[in-house]
Amino acid sequence: MIEGILIGLTTALTFQNILMVMVGCFFGTIIGMLPGLGPMTAIALMIPITYGFDPATGLILMAGVYYGAVFGGSTSSILLNAPGVPGTVATSFDGYPMAQQGKAGKALAIAAWSSFAGGTLSAIYLLFMAPSLSKVSLSFRSPDYFALMILGLTAIAAFSSKGQFLKAMMMVVLGLMLASVGQDSLSDITRFTFDNMNLTDGISFVLVVMATFAMSEALTIILKRNDPTSAAKQVSLTELGSIKINKEERTKMYKTIPRSSVIGFLIGVLPGAGATIASFLAYGMERNVVSDEEKEKFGKGSVNGLSAPETANNAACSGSFVPMLTLGIPGSGTTAVMLGALLGFGVQPGPRLYMTNPEIFWSIIMSMYIGMVILLILNLPLIPYIARILAVPKNYLIPLILFFSVTGIYVMSFNNFDIYLMIGIAVLATFLRLYDFPMPPLILAFVLGGLMEENLRRSLLLSNGSWEFLWDRTLTTCILATTILIVVWHIYKTFKKKI
Amino acid sequence: MNINTTKIISLLFFIFSAFYLYTAYQIQVFAFDENAPFNARTFPIYLGYAGLFFSGLKLILPDPNTIKVDHKNLEYKKTGILILIAIIYGATILKIGYFLTTSFFLFASYYFLGERRWILMFLLSFPFVAAFMYLLHGILDIYLRDPFLQSIGVMG
Repeated sequence: MIEGILIGLTTALTFQNILMVMVGCFFGTIIGMLPGLGPMTAIALMIPITYGFDPATGLILMAGVYYGAVFGGSTSSILLNAPGVPGTVATSFDGYPMAQQGKAGKALAIAAWSSFAGGTLSAIYLLFMAPSLSKVSLSFRSPDYFALMILGLTAIAAFSSKGQFLKAMMMVVLGLMLASVGQDSLSDITRFTFDNMNLTDGISFVLVVMATFAMSEALTIILKRNDPTSAAKQVSLTELGSIKINKEERTKMYKTIPRSSVIGFLIGVLPGAGATIASFLAYGMERNVVSDEEKEKFGKGSVNGLSAPETANNAACSGSFVPMLTLGIPGSGTTAVMLGALLGFGVQPGPRLYMTNPEIFWSIIMSMYIGMVILLILNLPLIPYIARILAVPKNYLIPLILFFSVTGIYVMSFNNFDIYLMIGIAVLATFLRLYDFPMPPLILAFVLGGLMEENLRRSLLLSNGSWEFLWDRTLTTCILATTILIVVWHIYKTFKKKI
Repeated sequence: MNINTTKIISLLFFIFSAFYLYTAYQIQVFAFDENAPFNARTFPIYLGYAGLFFSGLKLILPDPNTIKVDHKNLEYKKTGILILIAIIYGATILKIGYFLTTSFFLFASYYFLGERRWILMFLLSFPFVAAFMYLLHGILDIYLRDPFLQSIGVMG
């Protein structure tokens, strides 16, 4: 492991990679502050830039954008009660009341320190857990992988949109259907191409991400007459106050941070759960464990109430890298985008990644530390200035998002069919968003589609076409039983509401 | 059963899944693969059935969280124009090239979204695209095809 850490440090501490972490954190903070534009959009917009880099640098840049977006989301939660990303909703419960009491600077500092500590602690957990998990996952067989992917897709559908499980499952199926377009990986037989040569190689992952997130997000903003920059315009006018944290507040944070980081990390590791659930759970747990006197302060500007969700959502970000790096199965929509980008670089994440590409594996982990430090020392004092940059009118912001989307597709294929296809998917996604059909399950399914088919193929061929492989191994059975429980529970809940 | 837009979308998805399933059964596989435990049509067939299952359930089961969209408040005109500009962009980029098409695309988008500060609109289109092209092509070494700039000798 020491050798790995050194490899990671050597890669992460190059001038180019430090610069990429800084650019990523800065850009991510800007996008994260805009309500509606989350980390997935920010990362999608970065994809064309990463074409020119090696895989480690590209992934370091995207990881920086991810932390930055979560940090930016906290800022708008605290200052405006308008969470930039769902993972920072719980932050607003105590952050906003604190800001209203004239302690906005202090609230931002508590959030920044908690994010830093949560991110750093979870990066340490990741450091120890990822190699061990990689070794364990080497014993996974095709049926286990197949079952795990079904569990991941079901879990993301269950957690992505409250009360919309069936809609999310329809999006999962649609994502898998889109992934099935093109040549079959084994026999080279073309499927669902309708004699169109442009579809022979399948639909590009970047195209689907750009269409369902960046472009569709831009169209939704125009369609709904939203102005994401209006919130940012207010930030620059807000009096922040002091960013100093006193001894009593520090003592409270010392107790909150370790327990919230563990919760955040463990929830982040679970497929589909992610930062939103982690922050709510940490907030709920913190309220239960603090003294009655402190409990009264919750919702009115409690230090513990602000520190807990902030620690947990950052810890969950690092935790979500575990299934991606060790199993090659992303646990969230954001890491699905990163996995797709890695596959685009020709790198196959999974249990062998830390042996075949140790520089990628370790440099991502080490860059997390650097990212956290940069967020703390660079972005916190710069928040009012970043907010001024954000006061770009919507009339400029939207065309620029569209510009990055179409450029990303054009430089990939130099083909106008892809531009038309992207517009078509974006229009469909915009319409589906209006009726609350979630997009992250579609992306995760699209990324996993090929791998899922491959593992099902292997499992069925090894068992001579029998479905017995599903209960031959205890691990497979346990994973599938969990999946069935999730599906039955959610369908039962929908049915019960009618009665 | 209440008919709302979500139910109509589910019905459309049900029909789409049925079409997908029909097409999956039509996939031509090699003769020796016809009776294999797994061939090119196996996975799509399962997907077709899964689509029918979930959209069918959505159609049958109640919809406790009915989404109501106020169409009067939606900005269809500007959205439609932006989509049209993007389609024109796709139709012209191969002939005219990246620089001019993208610059006009940005300029037209600013204009139709209501912007009238001409100098700013110009600066954020033509010079901005040129700078971005320099970043991609000149610094990051990402190839950009541009027949127009090649014809006037700016690009090699």
